[in-house]
Amino acid sequence: MHSDGIEVIRRVLISPSFLVGAIVTLCFVVIATVTLFWTPQSWIDIDIANKLARPSLAHPFGTDHFGRDVLSMLMKGSHNSIVVALVAVGIGVGLGVPLGLVAASRRGWIDEIVMRAADFTFAFPALLSAVMITALAGPGAVNSIIAIGIFNVPVFARLTRGAALVVLTQDYIAAARLAGRREIRIAIEHLLPNIASVLIVQMTIQFALAILAEAGLSYLGLGTQPPNPSWGKMLNEAQTMIYIAPHLVIFPGVTIAIAVLGLNLLGDGLRDALDPRLRRAR
Amino acid sequence: MALVLARRFAALAVTLVAATMIIFLIMEILPGDPAAIILGVGAQPDTLAALRAELGLDLPVGTRYGRWVLGLVTGDLGQSYTYSVPVSELIGERIWVSLPLALISMVLTVLIAIPAGVFAASRRGRLADTGVSALAQIGIAIPNFWFAMLLILVFAVSLGWAPAGGFAGWDQGPGSALRSLALPAIALALPQAAILTRVTRSSVLETLGEDYVRTARAKGLTLNAALWRHAVRNALIPVVTIMGLQFSFLLAGTIIIENVFYLPGLGRLLFQAIAQRDLIVVKDLVVLLAGTVVIVNFLVDLAYLALDPRLRQAHAHAL
Repeated sequence: MHSDGIEVIRRVLISPSFLVGAIVTLCFVVIATVTLFWTPQSWIDIDIANKLARPSLAHPFGTDHFGRDVLSMLMKGSHNSIVVALVAVGIGVGLGVPLGLVAASRRGWIDEIVMRAADFTFAFPALLSAVMITALAGPGAVNSIIAIGIFNVPVFARLTRGAALVVLTQDYIAAARLAGRREIRIAIEHLLPNIASVLIVQMTIQFALAILAEAGLSYLGLGTQPPNPSWGKMLNEAQTMIYIAPHLVIFPGVTIAIAVLGLNLLGDGLRDALDPRLRRAR
Repeated sequence: MALVLARRFAALAVTLVAATMIIFLIMEILPGDPAAIILGVGAQPDTLAALRAELGLDLPVGTRYGRWVLGLVTGDLGQSYTYSVPVSELIGERIWVSLPLALISMVLTVLIAIPAGVFAASRRGRLADTGVSALAQIGIAIPNFWFAMLLILVFAVSLGWAPAGGFAGWDQGPGSALRSLALPAIALALPQAAILTRVTRSSVLETLGEDYVRTARAKGLTLNAALWRHAVRNALIPVVTIMGLQFSFLLAGTIIIENVFYLPGLGRLLFQAIAQRDLIVVKDLVVLLAGTVVIVNFLVDLAYLALDPRLRQAHAHAL
C-alpha cells in the first residue's frame, strides 16, 4: 500500500499534464490571493482621460472604457471566478457525495429516487437552471453559485454511487459488516478513502466547468454584478467596443482559456496517475 | 422488445410530467406571487389584483397546473405579458432560428469530431495524435462566446465574409439565412467538437485493442478497413451517449450565442423575457428546452438498442 502511494506520487510528478496544470492553477490561486491585498493599479478607480488605452508599460493589457487597468481587473476577476467555482463545486460535493453514498449503500427505492432525480437534473444544463433562478431571484454572484452548484450535485451523486458500488463488493466491506460496523462508519472509513481519487479528479474538471459557466452567466449579465470585475462581464463590455478596442476582447478570453486549460490538464494528469486501468492502456 | 420499448415510454412520460411539476413549482409556487415579480416593486394593489386575475393566479394550484399542462399539450401556451401576443406565436417564429442553428452545430460537431478522433486514435502516440489531442484540450478550454467574438473580429470585422450579427430571415432565401447562421454555428460547435473528439479517440483506442479487431486484421483486412468496419462501429455507443448530452448543451448554448450575434431565436427570447420579467414566456421556454433535452436523451437510449443488439438481449433477460 505504502509503495503504491509512492508510485502514484512518482507518476503524478513525471506527468507533463499534471505539472503544467498544477503550475497554471497554482499561479491563479496565488494571483487571486494576492489581489486581496494588492493589484498593480486600482481595479475600480475610473480614469476617463485614459480610457481605451492600448497596452503600454503602465497598463500592460491596456485600459477599458472607464480607463480602468485591464490587468488589475483580470487579477481581481480571478478571485471572483475561483470563489464562485469553489463554492459551486463545494455544493456539488457536499450534497452529491452523501446522496451517492446513501444510494449505493441502501440500494432499493432510495437508490432509484436519487438516481432518477440525478437524471432529471441533468435535463437542466447549468445555464438553464441559472436562467430560471435569476428570472425569479434576480441576477447576482450568489444566485449563479447556487445554479452552478445544483448542476454539480447529480454529477457527484452518480459518480460516487458508481464508484462506491464497486468498492462495496470487496471482501473488506463484508468483513467490516460482519464485525458489526454501522453503514455510516463503513461509508466514512472504507468507501470514501477508496473513491477519493475519482472524486478529486472530477472536482478539478467540475471546477473548470464552473469557471466557464460563471463566465457565461456574467457575460449575459446574470452573474457577478458591477463594480466587481468578472471575466465574463469584461467580455460583455468589450463586445460593444470590438471595432475600436479589440484588445479588450483578447485578454479576458485568453485568461479564461488558460485557467480552464490548466485545471483540465491537472485533472487529466491526476486521472492518468490514479486510474490503473488507463495506466495499462497507455 | 415491445416490453422494453413500453417501459422506456412509461419512463419518458413520468420524467416529462415530473419536469412540468418541478418547473411549475419553481416558477409559480416558490416565488410567492408571480404577479408581483412581473410588475416589480411599487406596483399598485389594484394593478396587481388585475394581473392576478388575468393570469388566473386566483385559482387553486391544482387547477392552474392542470390548465398549464393542458395548454402545453394543445399548444395554447398563454399570452406573453410584454409582447401581448400568444407565446406559441413567439416560439413558432423563433424556433426557425434556434433549431437550424442547433442542428447545423450538431452536424458540424460530428463532422469534425468523429474523423479527428478516429484519426488521432489510428495514429496513437505519434505527432498527429498529440496535435489533435492538444487542439481538443484548447477547444474545450475556450468559452464559446469568446470564440464567437474572435470569429466576428476575423470573419466579419476584418474580412467581411459574414455578417457580425442579426438574421436575414428565411424569406430572403436560404443563402443569406445560412450566412447569418454560419459563424454562430461554428462558435457553438467548437467546444462540443473538442469534447467529442476526445471521447471518440479514447473509445476507438479501447475497441482497437479488442480481439475482434485483431481477428479482422488477421483475416487480411487493411488497418483502415478494420478500423472503420469494426473498431469505429463498436466505439460509437459512448460517442452517441455524449452526443445526446451535447445536444442539451447546444440548446442551452444558444442562449449565449444568440445574444452574441443578436439572433432572434429562442435563446434570445428567453434572455429578453428574463430582463422584462415575462415569467409566462420564461416558464414555457424552460419547459420546452428541458422537454427537448429529455426527449433527445430518450431517443439516444433507443439509438443504443438499434446500435447494439447485445443491449436488446440484456434488456429482454432483465425483464
